[in-house]
Amino acid sequence: MIWNESKECMSRDEMMHLQSTRLVKQVKNVYHSVEHYRKKMQAVGLEPGDIRGIEDIDKLPFTTKDDLRDTYPCGLFAVPRSEVVRIHASSGTTGKATVVGYTRRDIENWEECVARILTMANIGSSDTVQVSYGYGLFTGGLGAHYGAEFLGATVVPLSTGNTKKQLTMMRDLGVTAICCTPSYLMYLAEAIEEQGILNDLVLKSAICGAEPWTENMRREIERRLHIDAHDIYGLSEVMGPGVAGDCKFHTGLHINEDHFFAEIVSPETLQGIPDGETGELVFTTLTKEALPLIRYRTKDLTSITHEKCECGRTTARLSRFKGRSDDMLIIRGVNVFPSQVEAALLDISEVSPNYLMIVDRVDNLDTLEVQVEVDERFFSDEIKELENLTKKITHVLQQALLIVPKVKLVEPRTLQRSEGKAVRVIDKRKLV
Amino acid sequence: MRMNQISVFIENKEGNLLTVSKILKDNNIDIRTLSLADTSEYGMLRMIVSDEELAKKVLKEAGFPVSITPVIAVRTNNKVGYMHDLLEKIPAEIANIEYMYTLPSEEGSILILKVANPDKVEAVLGN
Ligand SMILES: [Zn+2]
Repeated sequence: MIWNESKECMSRDEMMHLQSTRLVKQVKNVYHSVEHYRKKMQAVGLEPGDIRGIEDIDKLPFTTKDDLRDTYPCGLFAVPRSEVVRIHASSGTTGKATVVGYTRRDIENWEECVARILTMANIGSSDTVQVSYGYGLFTGGLGAHYGAEFLGATVVPLSTGNTKKQLTMMRDLGVTAICCTPSYLMYLAEAIEEQGILNDLVLKSAICGAEPWTENMRREIERRLHIDAHDIYGLSEVMGPGVAGDCKFHTGLHINEDHFFAEIVSPETLQGIPDGETGELVFTTLTKEALPLIRYRTKDLTSITHEKCECGRTTARLSRFKGRSDDMLIIRGVNVFPSQVEAALLDISEVSPNYLMIVDRVDNLDTLEVQVEVDERFFSDEIKELENLTKKITHVLQQALLIVPKVKLVEPRTLQRSEGKAVRVIDKRKLV
Repeated sequence: MRMNQISVFIENKEGNLLTVSKILKDNNIDIRTLSLADTSEYGMLRMIVSDEELAKKVLKEAGFPVSITPVIAVRTNNKVGYMHDLLEKIPAEIANIEYMYTLPSEEGSILILKVANPDKVEAVLGN
């Protein structure tokens, strides 16, 4: 089913026309309402009238996290506080939080976007949706909650934590869909297996987001829980979950393009790059009222296609995220992403996908150690078996990364695992 | 005779072995014998304990990978050549010994053997 055919199945021409109209209006709006944007445009000699359509978008300056930080907390807001009905915030790694705001119309658009993506995951008004994202300043919980409610589903707002209660509710209330981070779903899958309650559940879909995951991880979740798992993408600055999501064909994440215009640019030159090639994702919010973002650099690396999907939707699709431009490690001159390690490990059944990469520099040579948890289910008490396993992992990682890592087996559950985001990389080179 | 050995994977980091020994002590589990095989990064602690199921449970709870492995225990007479006499009995095609160590007892040592074919080896050793 398609939630909003008139928008999701528009012809490319109609979509470009709609985007053009909305962009022109948005640029005028930010120029007149937000001093920071006006100054940035003036600095490059740009006036609102110079932007006549979506084809002019690359004339506009980029917006980065620094712009949000410099105008903390609400300097980029384009409406008076009386029109703001909700605030969310994400914690910054370097101190100040990033504060985002929503008008009533923004919340309605957000609900609409999430409802479209839940529909892609075959969720409808007769479903019971457990929201196991954190509620609060984080956009995940309330974003998924409002979207599922808008759809007419029955929402169970569990937030994160208390695994026992999560599973009891899931079973007793006949939960058919869950929204949570993929790593938390893996964690729940383990708990479900340990308690042997899989057959008591009627779960059929999962909508996972808020952290990068791989195609293999998706299949692993589907196999272990006998469900369909879908990807939902969003970032709080742009809106929260619901910016894009994948349909049952899993051939990329459909962007809600009538609200968000996506560009892919080279992280080095910042020039646009063709469909199918990987670069940094940049979003312009076409309809956001409270916090409009113009060419916001997400730092997420992906590629885009504008081809029509088998599902009938015409909206552009993002390929699975390949990492973040600020996560990218250059080891011995080779670009390495933590997500590559994760994907490679998922192909090895004897280890869990929990890992830690330690990058160092010894005698002017970069070194990469990958610590991998031994999976208890496949634990052998013979050292030669463990040595064979180490060799196998080294080989698989070498194939994936094109550099030879040093692999170290560690005890299960010793690597940091969390319900939010896990630490996957320690780069000691930066400490020198 | 068949015995159950408990094997624990431990990383070579400070205090790890101490953690294992403390868990066993706190649970009143007696270590009757042990062998520690190690590499530069991790070790494999193999033990015959008074209650291997309890040991498995408590060590697992503490996050250690644990397995229970059936091993063969053979009583020896402590005379010169006992090991040779014993090994000679095992035909070459089934004599794939992964590792061995001894368990002291009042009436002489007990040899603990981990073999690939425990049933066959037990049959030829006749106990
Ligand atoms: Zn599709």
